[in-house]
Amino acid sequence: MRRTIVYGVLVLFSILCLVPMVWLAVSAFKANADFHAYAFMPPPDRLTVANFSSLFKQMPFLRFMMNSFFVAGVTVMVQLFFSSLGGFALAKYAFAGKKVIMGVMLATMMIPGPVLLAPMYELIYHLRLIDSHLGLIVPGMVNVFGMFLFRQSMQSVPDEMLQAARIDGCNEFQIFWHVVIPVSRPIIGAFCLIAFMGTWNSFLWPQIILQSSDRFTLPIGLNQMVGVYEADYGAMMAGTLLAVLPVVVLFFLLQKEFIAGLTKGAVKG
Amino acid sequence: MQRSASRTAPYLFLSPFVLSFLIFGAYPIIRSMILSLYITSGPEAQHFVGLGNYRYLLQDPDFWTAFRNTATFAVGSVVLQLPLSLGLAILLNRHDIRGRNVFRFIFFSPNLMGLVFSALLFMLILAPKFGLLNAGLHALFGLPLTTRWLSTPALVMPALILVALWLYTGFNMVYFLAALQGVDTELYEAATIDGAGRWAQFWHVTLPGIKPVLIFVVVLSTIGSFQLFELAFLLLGNSSGPDQAGLTIVMYLYQNGFLGGDLGYAAAIGWTLAGMVLILAIVQLRLTGAGREER
Repeated sequence: MRRTIVYGVLVLFSILCLVPMVWLAVSAFKANADFHAYAFMPPPDRLTVANFSSLFKQMPFLRFMMNSFFVAGVTVMVQLFFSSLGGFALAKYAFAGKKVIMGVMLATMMIPGPVLLAPMYELIYHLRLIDSHLGLIVPGMVNVFGMFLFRQSMQSVPDEMLQAARIDGCNEFQIFWHVVIPVSRPIIGAFCLIAFMGTWNSFLWPQIILQSSDRFTLPIGLNQMVGVYEADYGAMMAGTLLAVLPVVVLFFLLQKEFIAGLTKGAVKG
Repeated sequence: MQRSASRTAPYLFLSPFVLSFLIFGAYPIIRSMILSLYITSGPEAQHFVGLGNYRYLLQDPDFWTAFRNTATFAVGSVVLQLPLSLGLAILLNRHDIRGRNVFRFIFFSPNLMGLVFSALLFMLILAPKFGLLNAGLHALFGLPLTTRWLSTPALVMPALILVALWLYTGFNMVYFLAALQGVDTELYEAATIDGAGRWAQFWHVTLPGIKPVLIFVVVLSTIGSFQLFELAFLLLGNSSGPDQAGLTIVMYLYQNGFLGGDLGYAAAIGWTLAGMVLILAIVQLRLTGAGREER
């Protein structure tokens, strides 16, 4: 009896979680005229792919998507390299100033991002990077949270492994690259997912520095559409659906690593 | 030779962080403090006013509107999200529940949408006449289909809180689940032997057991809520909604700095926000006695 109630509650919340997303998927195939006629689902034969063609006709949607892929891809790669390298140094070396650096990292994470918007805009302006993808990528080259994540997981790599590699004649970078990186695959997967989601969804900073529509990323491009094509709900939902898909695909690809990475962090934590 | 290599290596490996911190961390922090002492128009023209921006801000009714809205959102989100996510985590932590992983995935899944695309989706869900929320409330409780969530001042913040609830409850639940799994099961057995009921077990075993994570989630959610921007901006546009009902602190910062061109005032708003967040975090840590426990 108690268990029935528990299942009831769990199922109810599952429905509340899923309904908006199912509605998004249905609405992407719903004709604009049917939005008023059918609150949830029109009869299956009234579903249409017209929204997608109108989406591609109305705006350079593919362009936005390529821009988003470019910015997110480069950012994740650069962040992955610098964060894992830094995390490795913090995990496996004793050196003067380590405590200072860790303290600075913690302090950086405490400061709310919006505090830096004005000076960052000024800086990017003077570097002549306004309205460029570089202006999106450069300020976020190092991910402090990622460095903590890598430090946490790399601490568990045995020192004997590093020592053995040194005896085999590896230099310190080769140890990082050929010994530590290969055994860090789970945390790399987890990091890529987290970093990709962060960049893919980033809105405020691109909204501030991007100006020409052919450089817009998906969030900015789609939001622009709201103002200009106000009544085309179907196309808006089609665009949102397509924008969300890459994250979902990546999540399913990296799911195992994601969970492994999180539990590793939790066990060590 | 190897010795000296392993001595310089960590510095080399950390140099990208140090370099990028100096350029995009330390410099903007200092520059932002200086900037907050100026009235500017665009990145070039500047006029020194000392603490004038802060003095003006304290009497700026729009700033206080933004503060009230942001605080309402923060309190509303935290008060609704935390008990709900903790409750769900406790249910999913029971060993007699089948399909736990499926439920976990479902509750977490709104996070895959992300904040921005959730906002675009909810723009239509909250719409009058054809929006899903009104349709649902109409079908269940016979409420009118014409409720204009985003253009009725009193309903704007509840609507934003609702979206945040949908988006983040599952995320917080993951933290709580991890914490619950760390609670010593022997304590529950001992409590059962002592005759403690479910409530007593919750108060005396579960809550103390997950206290560090609970504090962590409360502080982080509050700090995060105080930086609300995307939801309000995407759902309400530049104008921040009817009667400024959706004006948040970061949105006010954006309006002044990037629509109005006064980066100096924007910086002052930013530091005021940082001060508020810091005070809030300290108060919350004090109230919950997080600092005392470690001694």
